[in-house]
Amino acid sequence: MQLTGAQALIKSLEMEQVEVMFGLPGGAILPVYDPIIDSSIRHILVRHEQGAGHMAEGYAQVTGRPGVAMVTSGPGATNVVTPLADAYMDSIPLVVVTGQVATSSIGTDAFQESDITGITMGITKHNWLITDVRDIPRVVAEAFHVATTGRPGPVLIDIPKDVANAAMDWYWPDPSDLDLPGYHPVSVGDPQLVRQAAELLLHATRPLLYAGGGILKSRASDSLLELAERTGIPVVTTLMARGSFPDSHPLCLGMPGMHGNYTAVTAMQRSDLLCALGSRFDDRVTGRLDAFAPEAKIIHVDIDPAELNKVRRADVAISGDCRLVIDGLLQALSDLGLAHSDATRVARGGAPSDAAPGGSAAPGTMASAYPRRQLVPWRSQLSEWQRRYPLVYDQQPGVGALKPQFVLETLREASPEDTIVASGVGQHQMFASQWWRFDHPYTWVNSGGLGTMGFAVPAAIGAKVGRPDRMVWAVDGDGCFQMTAQELVTASSERIPVKIAILNNAYLGMVRQWQEMFYDERYSEVYLSPDLPDYVGWAEAMGCVGLRVESAEEVASVIDKANDIDDRPVVIDFRTDAAEKVYPMVAAGDSNDNIVVDPSLHGGGVR
Amino acid sequence: MSVYGADKRHHTLTVLVENKAGVLARVAGLFSRRGFNIFSLAVAPSDDERFSRITIVVDVESVPLDQIIKQLDKLVPVVSITELDPSSARERELLMATVEAAQGSRGQIIQLVGVFEGKIVDVGHDRLTVALEGAPVKLDDFEDLIRTYGIVDLQRTGRVALPKLDRSAHGGQAGDGRNAFGQDTERAG
Repeated sequence: MQLTGAQALIKSLEMEQVEVMFGLPGGAILPVYDPIIDSSIRHILVRHEQGAGHMAEGYAQVTGRPGVAMVTSGPGATNVVTPLADAYMDSIPLVVVTGQVATSSIGTDAFQESDITGITMGITKHNWLITDVRDIPRVVAEAFHVATTGRPGPVLIDIPKDVANAAMDWYWPDPSDLDLPGYHPVSVGDPQLVRQAAELLLHATRPLLYAGGGILKSRASDSLLELAERTGIPVVTTLMARGSFPDSHPLCLGMPGMHGNYTAVTAMQRSDLLCALGSRFDDRVTGRLDAFAPEAKIIHVDIDPAELNKVRRADVAISGDCRLVIDGLLQALSDLGLAHSDATRVARGGAPSDAAPGGSAAPGTMASAYPRRQLVPWRSQLSEWQRRYPLVYDQQPGVGALKPQFVLETLREASPEDTIVASGVGQHQMFASQWWRFDHPYTWVNSGGLGTMGFAVPAAIGAKVGRPDRMVWAVDGDGCFQMTAQELVTASSERIPVKIAILNNAYLGMVRQWQEMFYDERYSEVYLSPDLPDYVGWAEAMGCVGLRVESAEEVASVIDKANDIDDRPVVIDFRTDAAEKVYPMVAAGDSNDNIVVDPSLHGGGVR
Repeated sequence: MSVYGADKRHHTLTVLVENKAGVLARVAGLFSRRGFNIFSLAVAPSDDERFSRITIVVDVESVPLDQIIKQLDKLVPVVSITELDPSSARERELLMATVEAAQGSRGQIIQLVGVFEGKIVDVGHDRLTVALEGAPVKLDDFEDLIRTYGIVDLQRTGRVALPKLDRSAHGGQAGDGRNAFGQDTERAG
């Protein structure tokens, strides 16, 4: 069967079971847009290419399947650079197809030419410039393979216009036809190291499971739950891992790091064993590195061998898929005498000290020498910290300014518990991570590593496309919203009923917070105005329902109203208190021991 | 002054890569964006036309060698990486230099080139261009000696290296790699 390169490309995407892609056409990619008319793939026409990239990310994060975006050459391609960098930092599988000028024009500064493979070399897992039409099916298959295996990540395929127009004999490659002699992702961990790690888990008296985004990538939530319940070891979930372990579980301590809660941060500092599972000792988690968890031995499990010993030297470093390694740990624990028992199932909603004492140990085994009740003092300590240093805010009824935390708590209570929450970057993101209760995996979509403002709106749209059965709320800031709001036109025209909660404090709030705390309240270029733009009018102009909330009394009723709308997007402009700061906080570069909690808790800290 | 030599900060990696467009840029880009320092780099096709071999001498003062190797190994077109310890490798490099060689010093330079088994590859009225192939340390010594006559231009290729052959009874190569970073990656020495 003879096909053009363009037809072969679309057919290859169909072979990869792509159901939806996000994009915007242009000159160099024109040939590829023609066969889309006849394809089973749904194409969602965005208003800016950055939106296509972030939508593909949101789609990938909630479905676990690669997100696909397609744009033209030059500015179309450079506009997806930010989503590619974002996906690279957060290990999101993405396949981006870019048009390119004809091969004969490459290097001549032709109209809408940019060296996009060169530009994206450092922010993709790999990229390809196709110069031979016969390579198209093979390269597409390679691209999906690379994006989705090992440590997932974004890839880019650049396709010159003449290659898209050329003819080829259609084929679809077998896995053995892929030409990737240097690509061998690891999967199973070394069993000897796994056994060593299991022994360390048994011996420790102040252990902690430090769960990262790798838990979600490897679909290891069930395995993690079993590991925590059987060993009785508490869990912290990083910003990228929110939802990987249920927040309402007594063993869940929540988010550690710069704006993590006191107990999660301090538990890491005081632990004698940190078992890092798909987490990477990010600077936002560790604070000042030489003061981080000084007494902890480290077990580090990561699918990317380069993460092991990169930041913190590990006592046991295991390269492997998190799920396979955790399952290996569970097997090793069984071999050491710590069995699974139904009694380990723990009721939700308590403190660590309420957790069941873990699995039962067979007599005479190593596990019986280290009974799970040895963790009782540790868990009591954690419960004590939770009691003394909870997350707090002060919403005065009637007169007081509207607190963002109150909005989030009310929104959470009014929405289904499996609601998907997307966020941008800044104060609202930290508030959302702190105040939502994430009890299900794949319900939290955010930009962690790159910290991309404007992520929320397009990511929420992509998430809703991937999970139309779920309610999807974007929690956004007013600064972030203005960066990508135009994609709500996409959402309206494609009938994608996402909901947007703008926590509008009229400031670039996180920058304002730093200027308040570290620059003597000298506010430089952070004021945005609450009324310019008119968010309600803007939302209506984009085909959404626009609502405004100015007092605490209105919050619940307006949210109910928004939750009842399911035929178009809704935007709520919440006028929140500009003076509210995110606590706790560890100043950048400071030790986690110097965590600053909300001033109302009389300046605690373990100094 | 010796700039090459057996500096402890310098490690030699021979990297087998796919012979495809842009691979050198990927390797060089990785070094620059992660702040790894390249001391020298030589690249040419290998005996198999599908692959090229890049010999990189890396400066490990700021970044552990382990991290450099693992990041390199993540590049999709990188097929294998072998670390060559100078004590278990044969290293060679080519030096070319144009030297001031007026009547008074010309004879001495020619003599020096003879002692080092180099070649005179071009002759001018008051300059000579000389070429010398050998172990990097030998080239260092030669460079030091000709410097006194006045170097007009000097170019070195950067080193290439192969593992020493094993002359023990069973044959095979010295330092057959520990398989530390995946099945294709060996580290000799």
